[in-house]
Amino acid sequence: MAEKLIRVLVAKPGLDGHDRGAKVVARALRDAGMEVIYTGLRQTPEQIAAAAVQEDVNVVCLSLLSGAHNHLFPKVVQLLKEKDAGDILVVGGGVIPDADIPYLKENGIAEIFTPGTPTSKAIEFITSHVQ
Amino acid sequence: MELLKEARNGNKRAIARLITLAESEAEEASHALQQLYAYTGGAHIVGITGPPGSGKSTLTDKIVKKLRKEDKKVAILAVDPTSPFTGGAILGDRVRMSDLNLDEGVYIRSLGTRGKLGGLSKAVHYATKILDACDYDYIFIETVGVGQSEVDIVKTADTTIVVMVPGLGDDIQAIKAGILEIGDLFIVNKSDRDGANRLSIELQMMLDLNAVKSEWTPPINMTVASKSEGVDEVVEKIKNHFVYLQESGELTVRRRQRLETEIIDLVIQKLTTYMTKKMSKEGSYEEELNRVFNKETDPYTLVNKMLNESLK
Amino acid sequence: MFDKEKLASIQSAKEGWDNGTVAKALGKYKERREEFTTSSKIPVERLYTPLNTADLDYEQDLGFPGQYPFTRGVQPTMYRGRFWTMRQYAGFATAEESNKRYKYLLEQGQTGLSVAFDLPTQIGYDSDDEIAHGEIGKVGVAIDSLADMETLFSGIPLDKVSTSMTINAPASVLLAMYIAVGEKQGVSADVLRGTIQNDILKEYSARGTYIYPPAPSMRLITNIFEFCSKNVPKWNTISISGYHIREAGSTAVQEVAFTLADGIAYVKAAIDAGLNVDDFAGRLSFFFNSHNNLLEEVAKFRAARKLWAKIMKERFGATKPRSWMLRFHTQTGGSTLTAQQPDNNIVRVAMQTLAAVLGGTQSLHTNSKDEALALPTEDSVRIALRTQQIVAYESGVCDTIDPLAGSYYVEALTKKIEDEAMAYIEKIDALGGADKAIEQGFIQKEIADSSYNYQKEVESGHEVIVGMNKFYIEEKPVEGLLRVDPAVGEAQVKKLKAMKENRDNVAVKNKLDALKEAAKTDANLMPYILDAVRVYGTEGEICNILREVFGEYRPVEIL
Repeated sequence: MAEKLIRVLVAKPGLDGHDRGAKVVARALRDAGMEVIYTGLRQTPEQIAAAAVQEDVNVVCLSLLSGAHNHLFPKVVQLLKEKDAGDILVVGGGVIPDADIPYLKENGIAEIFTPGTPTSKAIEFITSHVQ
Repeated sequence: MELLKEARNGNKRAIARLITLAESEAEEASHALQQLYAYTGGAHIVGITGPPGSGKSTLTDKIVKKLRKEDKKVAILAVDPTSPFTGGAILGDRVRMSDLNLDEGVYIRSLGTRGKLGGLSKAVHYATKILDACDYDYIFIETVGVGQSEVDIVKTADTTIVVMVPGLGDDIQAIKAGILEIGDLFIVNKSDRDGANRLSIELQMMLDLNAVKSEWTPPINMTVASKSEGVDEVVEKIKNHFVYLQESGELTVRRRQRLETEIIDLVIQKLTTYMTKKMSKEGSYEEELNRVFNKETDPYTLVNKMLNESLK
Repeated sequence: MFDKEKLASIQSAKEGWDNGTVAKALGKYKERREEFTTSSKIPVERLYTPLNTADLDYEQDLGFPGQYPFTRGVQPTMYRGRFWTMRQYAGFATAEESNKRYKYLLEQGQTGLSVAFDLPTQIGYDSDDEIAHGEIGKVGVAIDSLADMETLFSGIPLDKVSTSMTINAPASVLLAMYIAVGEKQGVSADVLRGTIQNDILKEYSARGTYIYPPAPSMRLITNIFEFCSKNVPKWNTISISGYHIREAGSTAVQEVAFTLADGIAYVKAAIDAGLNVDDFAGRLSFFFNSHNNLLEEVAKFRAARKLWAKIMKERFGATKPRSWMLRFHTQTGGSTLTAQQPDNNIVRVAMQTLAAVLGGTQSLHTNSKDEALALPTEDSVRIALRTQQIVAYESGVCDTIDPLAGSYYVEALTKKIEDEAMAYIEKIDALGGADKAIEQGFIQKEIADSSYNYQKEVESGHEVIVGMNKFYIEEKPVEGLLRVDPAVGEAQVKKLKAMKENRDNVAVKNKLDALKEAAKTDANLMPYILDAVRVYGTEGEICNILREVFGEYRPVEIL
């Protein structure tokens, strides 16, 4: 039997076009041996949830720098739950003030990675949290 | 078999799960596949291949939208090469199809080649079977036509579309002869660019030279997928080809041949997995390898010995 | 710059130094690194001497300020005449809030305005569009119609300020609104001064706020060039931007190369559209980033100026000196700011300010210390502005022109950046120009490669970022960050609704229909857009009409 491969959806919700972080994360996860599906820019939470389900990913990584995270991140989690896919791990990154983190965690975002976080930390988190 | 039932009911989460399980060859999946097999055979499987930048994804997107207007259920398998170094991959083909995401009648799945020989064709094989059994009318398999394994995958389709584009630098001579033989339908995409007519003429000449004895003459279509130009005609040709396959009896021949290859492939894969596992478990393999290396014995004797022992 | 004999003597003296003094020292202590390089991976030698600049021809390569090839600066007296324009990019929430911030900045001694728009505005959606939800007023001000624009500039006479607007895909619409506000204030278009970014190519390759496919986008840009050359002659019609290319992770060399390659594509498009190069070239402006590697940055600005002058004169045959000049705005590097120990960012910004000034910038935005965390507060914006003022008034570097010229290192580096950028430009030419190179994903891939390499070097500790991967401390979360009130979105939507009810909807429909018909021909669209804006047609309505005719761009993702 083949070893378990972690599949990750790297998604850019909202209108923000800054994808440097998302691309770096995508490459780092690939180099860590994961299969990464990249959605490209300007995805609605509905599109992200649909892609996550169809691709049967273990993890969804959301990247956003525009400040709309409190609106968009929880929406993705909620839609996944509605699609019976609440077991998919959702993590987020970007310019996110510390003060917003508790709210996001309460709403199902497993972890928030703020600017300056090494990719190794995200990889470690994903590897240890995907059952 | 809850998952199977759910999948057959059209639950995408269940379909997706089944494909993952099949890909990793889990026990659960093999039972499901056994039961699914009876329901397969209804889908028209279409392979789309072409070099990077030829606009395959955009074209697929437009073809699918047209089929959706006719209320057909469509699945897309987007195949991307996997990094041979890490086993990881970045699959980006969904980007150009993102407004199909929310269409209930469309299922899109990205598949990586997973670094192993035959790994991809196996994954495509399982995914196709599952989607076929879940009543998708069309299954599109989209690959980058660069390597042999991609060509092999496309060969498993009922209809194969080869997409080309003018001005990509590689002229027609550079296109693998193999690709010309497998194409049932050729498309010159981005045909509003300079050189489209020349490409089409050169292609026609190559096809004439290559002509195989068959009643189906592969047509060459001009499209500008980004503007939906020529897409209706392509859909028409895809359907025509299927009708031809059915009426000429070619469909039965192709599918039977394909079944045969699939079975042989599966046997080889199972055997390989079995042998590798057995050898690494027994530990004597390393020792034997050393003996071959030191010329104490030869590879041929070793292989015979291994086979004899395994198949006892 | 030295004669052969002298150079030979320096050469032998240097060998003596290398083999004697240096070898001895290296025997005792190793250097910090085996190899030193700039951020663009240009090897840095231990010592630069006249030998490194032996090939330099002063008159040809450097010349004089205000003269071809402008290596030393575009103006004859540079900052001895007047300082650069201190221009802080600002805008958030509603037009009312932003209007207050602009007035505050003008009171603090800022000399030009720079408008930041929110994302829905940048991508051509009205605030009541479903997709705008959660984004209204977040990264800039929300502008839906002329009504908002009137509020934004209320009490700010447009004949007295110069205004820069960071707007690209819908630049024509926002420019039209600005002209219309001028009309209401009684200021005619020919005295308006300012800049629209209007640089769509870098949106495809680095920044992401595109709407239409390349061909119609290029048409809108050349429409603007043509319209402004006749009606708004003091307006900078484009700001060809390397800033975002650098932010996306490129090196300094790539920043120069890809920006100038974009510039070449615009000039070519305008010439192909039938414009005379000298009629529009003088209104082209540039926008660069200023990073931490001080001397590499200075060399970068000098090299860019020289390259552009050559390109305009030799490749495009421009004859007016103004057409040869690379005039540029600079912003300090947003991606160099750390969320950790944010006060350290003040020091980084000061260094980057110095680089921009020593590089001869025409205007400058300095980032605020808290921008890795959120939009800046008023206090932190003031410190950023003060940083510019300190360099201007206290450092003395503005009292003579291009003071680093003649430094063996800076001159050698200038030449090296020029050569490497030119090699890239030739490669892009071979691919059919910047637009084609972007379509094939070449530029995106080069940027992503550099960005990923840099990230790996930071994670391995090879690149040190003070306070982040070295000299780290435990900190309390920063307090007092600027937050945009979520009620802003609702209020904006309400305002838009009321405006739509009160305007002459028949007139709006007529003007939009006329625009649609014109879009199908090859007419210049600016007058039609201006007509629609005057009757309060919204930005979203105008952009949607054009979406129907032009279609929307789908990106190439090369990872």
